[in-house]
Amino acid sequence: MFESPTRRPLITGKTSYSQITEDIIKPIEAKPTKWWYLGFTVSLAALGLWLVSVTYLLFTGVGVWGLNKTVDWGWDITNFVWWVGIGHAGTLISAVLLLFRQKWRTAVNRSAEAMTIFAVVCAGSYPLLHAGRPWLIYWVFPLPNTYGSLWSNFNSPLLWDVFAISTYLTVSLVFWYVGLIPDLATIRDRAVGIRRKIYGLMSFGWNGSAKGWQRFESVSLILAGLSTPLVLSVHTIVSFDFATSVIPGWHTTIFPPYFVAGAVFSGFAMVQTLLIIMRKSMRLEQYITLNHIDVMNKIILVTGSIVGSAYITEFFIAWYSAVPYEQYAFANRMFGPYWWAYWTMMTCNVITPQLFWSRKLRRSLTASFIISIFVNIGMWFERFVIIVTSLHRDYLPSSWLMYSPSWVEICMYIGSLGLFFTLFFLFAKFLPVIAAAEVKSIYKTSSEEEIAKTAAKEGLDLREAHAHTKGAH
Amino acid sequence: MTKKYILGLFRDEEPLLHAVHELRKEGNMIHEVYTPFPVHGLDEALGYKRSRLPRAAFLFGCVGFTLGLSMQAWMLGVDWPMNIGGKPALAWVDFVPVTFELTVLITALGMVATYLVSSDFIPGNEPKMPDPRITSDVFCIAIPVEGASATVGSRLRQLGAEVQEKEVEL
Repeated sequence: MFESPTRRPLITGKTSYSQITEDIIKPIEAKPTKWWYLGFTVSLAALGLWLVSVTYLLFTGVGVWGLNKTVDWGWDITNFVWWVGIGHAGTLISAVLLLFRQKWRTAVNRSAEAMTIFAVVCAGSYPLLHAGRPWLIYWVFPLPNTYGSLWSNFNSPLLWDVFAISTYLTVSLVFWYVGLIPDLATIRDRAVGIRRKIYGLMSFGWNGSAKGWQRFESVSLILAGLSTPLVLSVHTIVSFDFATSVIPGWHTTIFPPYFVAGAVFSGFAMVQTLLIIMRKSMRLEQYITLNHIDVMNKIILVTGSIVGSAYITEFFIAWYSAVPYEQYAFANRMFGPYWWAYWTMMTCNVITPQLFWSRKLRRSLTASFIISIFVNIGMWFERFVIIVTSLHRDYLPSSWLMYSPSWVEICMYIGSLGLFFTLFFLFAKFLPVIAAAEVKSIYKTSSEEEIAKTAAKEGLDLREAHAHTKGAH
Repeated sequence: MTKKYILGLFRDEEPLLHAVHELRKEGNMIHEVYTPFPVHGLDEALGYKRSRLPRAAFLFGCVGFTLGLSMQAWMLGVDWPMNIGGKPALAWVDFVPVTFELTVLITALGMVATYLVSSDFIPGNEPKMPDPRITSDVFCIAIPVEGASATVGSRLRQLGAEVQEKEVEL
């Protein structure tokens, strides 16, 4: 299939199908490096912190958090939305980019999807643990019971969330696993003994038959087609937790697109944070190239601009509506007691992504890494500002109160990062972090070597062609 | 049940695709082709009909949709309608999110289960593969010896394959 050689290569340097297998599968077969041990130990320590704080919470009750009657959602729901948002990049990369036939997704989709699953696990812990009696959480589901059969309230976004998050976790897991099967078979066929048995069990008898690949592509396409509206619906439903209320700063129709764009924004930032480190430590720079980093930064730029426009719109509507409560909500955000959170959010979310207009910064690993951290911090503050500033001062001044997190909430948050990174380190050690079969399938059209061959056949001067396209993809 | 097969091994997909076209044109019966990654045009070259999994997915979607909508309509409309601020019990708009999610969930799970069962992908199954290098970088055409023409081996060599004869279960 002909592909224009003026497109920038997605696989650089010299490689081959067997080399791709080696580069991706070798780290799984080798002993863990000392960097892996270091990272894993730190993550495990943070996970321990999570276990301690969660145990204390479960035995003592939600009163150990800093919540009060006025601010009844604080760090718990902030972290919930933050984690769910991060998860959305993985699904976007796997699903939406498959539908748009973007070949560059093949190097990043496996780890991005893994990130999604782990992020949704962390997210899901919050609705579970913020319940007064988490051991009764199954009551949210419409199961027959002895209370007359009291059913769930299907009119509530909080219940829609239950279905949305459960579906999202399940479908993401299934999509990720189906894609893993061929690569697990690759590991199986190189392994002996226990490793062969385990990866053999996990790869379900995959044999690389043409019929098998045909079905594989069919299932992947349909799962992608399902996951795309799913990812849009999940964060829309999360935004409904706020938008369907009546308080100023929450009750606004801009929330669904604003939240979805914000989720993709923070998700891609987390992908960058993870991948910039992973590609270096696992020596995968040939596959996760600067072109990949560049194009993901463009997505951060676009979604960051949408989020910035949403801020301006909210502000404009608050002024234009002449509703004093709405106007106060925004004045309070900017100049009230949480002004520092608001201005951190504005700096991190509006200003930093605009730096990616510069091609030099888009292709700088240091800049990309630093900016991705700022975006994640900014997006955490966005959820904090939306939730806490609107709750702590709404219609009735006599109810106005301040909120600050207790040690339990802080430890649970750090602990959730520990949970996430523990899972991610395990994934990086035992599973192929790049979709090897998919990368092989784009080798002919998108690797540096093959593009050079095609260009030579066509009589094209690639340096000139690439200079004109300027990193366009 | 093992059988004897003539295997044509390739290192690249272009000669493989060409070989498949030629062999089929000459009337040879190919049992299956094995590749390390999906090769575009291979299913058409082999004359494979399109997968029926999308149809299965559609059916599961209908099941999920019906389940979601009727569950909510029965629970809140028939079994225990509740007076929530005087609002109508059958709030169809409110039922959309859960209906949508259940449709997606049942479609995904149902289709993947069908996929695994129809492909015989059960954990613990031994792979029916002619060569372990297929999952890395080898492409293989498998032609059953029984009923194959005598010249198929040399034809494969002509088309650029490394030819082997193996007794294997495929």
